[in-house]
Amino acid sequence: MLTNQEVAEDLLKKFGDDVFDFEEPYGLLTLTTTREQAIPMLEYLFHHEKFQANFLTDLTGIHYPDSEGKEFAVVYHVHSLVHNFRVRIKVFLAEADIHIPTATGLYASANWMERETYDFFGILFDGHPNLKRILNIEEMDYFPMRRQYPLEDSTREDKIDALFGR
Amino acid sequence: MKSSVEIVKAPEGHSGAGFFASSFDEVIGIARSNSLWPLPFATSCCGIEFMATMGSHYDIARFGSERPSFSPRQADILMVMGTIAKKMAPIVKQVYLQMAEPRWVMAMGACASSGGIFDSYSVLQGIDRIIPVDVYVPGCPPRPEQVIDGLMQIQELARNESLRRRNSDEYQQLLQSYNIQ
Ligand code: SF4
Repeated sequence: MLTNQEVAEDLLKKFGDDVFDFEEPYGLLTLTTTREQAIPMLEYLFHHEKFQANFLTDLTGIHYPDSEGKEFAVVYHVHSLVHNFRVRIKVFLAEADIHIPTATGLYASANWMERETYDFFGILFDGHPNLKRILNIEEMDYFPMRRQYPLEDSTREDKIDALFGR
Repeated sequence: MKSSVEIVKAPEGHSGAGFFASSFDEVIGIARSNSLWPLPFATSCCGIEFMATMGSHYDIARFGSERPSFSPRQADILMVMGTIAKKMAPIVKQVYLQMAEPRWVMAMGACASSGGIFDSYSVLQGIDRIIPVDVYVPGCPPRPEQVIDGLMQIQELARNESLRRRNSDEYQQLLQSYNIQ
């Protein structure tokens, strides 16, 4: 059985100052790293003799419009099927420089999830083989999950008062 | 043996010894309305309710619609049942364009009629934004009885439609307004 403690100490030893902000919400080891170390860390966990974190459960984005210089986060959830152990890795990005290397070289499943994250948040995964929209219509010219839209446009007329009570 | 099967009433006309005369409008209207082949375009929860409508308990075969047509070319009614995402809209339109005249469209459920609860960037706010709709069936989802009522309304339209309606200026203008040639 792997413990959070054991994995955290190992990562600290390997990555030093590049891994920080450890947390354990609901017992899930969560940590933050830098853009440069994100892929090396995933590779390290994947190839690690003991951990064998061989499954990318999820990859998604978050938008924090008010935190300057760290407006976007990319979150990786990896799972070691051998030990049934999970870890969550976060990387913060600035809106002005919203690039991060792709994880498709390590996990083929990252292909879909990175396209989806690009589709909804506009995060650019450098090196992705086919970074274009996947779920939304191709003509869409905005990123719908960014927290920058009013809840409703008060000038819209497509749902009129008589029928929809607006 | 007395049967409970009812046969469609004869149209208005003149009958005498050995003959019956009526108009094509009437006869063809009756024939069409009792054999409307639906194309079920089911995308979400409303589609499940349609399955019940199709099944033996509610049985839309009783209305001559026992043959769901999965090819638009042989279909008479396009039944759009469920949420239509904007990305799906061109496909709905393509299916409609492939249907031969005369064709009818039923929007089943709040989503197909108006976007329903999905008042959202990704959902088409009613299929009447891309194709003309003949009958709207409200509900979320409508019960099979309501779907059958909607079908009967379309039967009514088919029965009373003049054979020339599809050539009329008004109809052409309607299609024009949707950019359909
Ligand atoms: S109208 Fe209601 S039941 Fe029908 S597809 Fe929409 S959400 Fe589902």
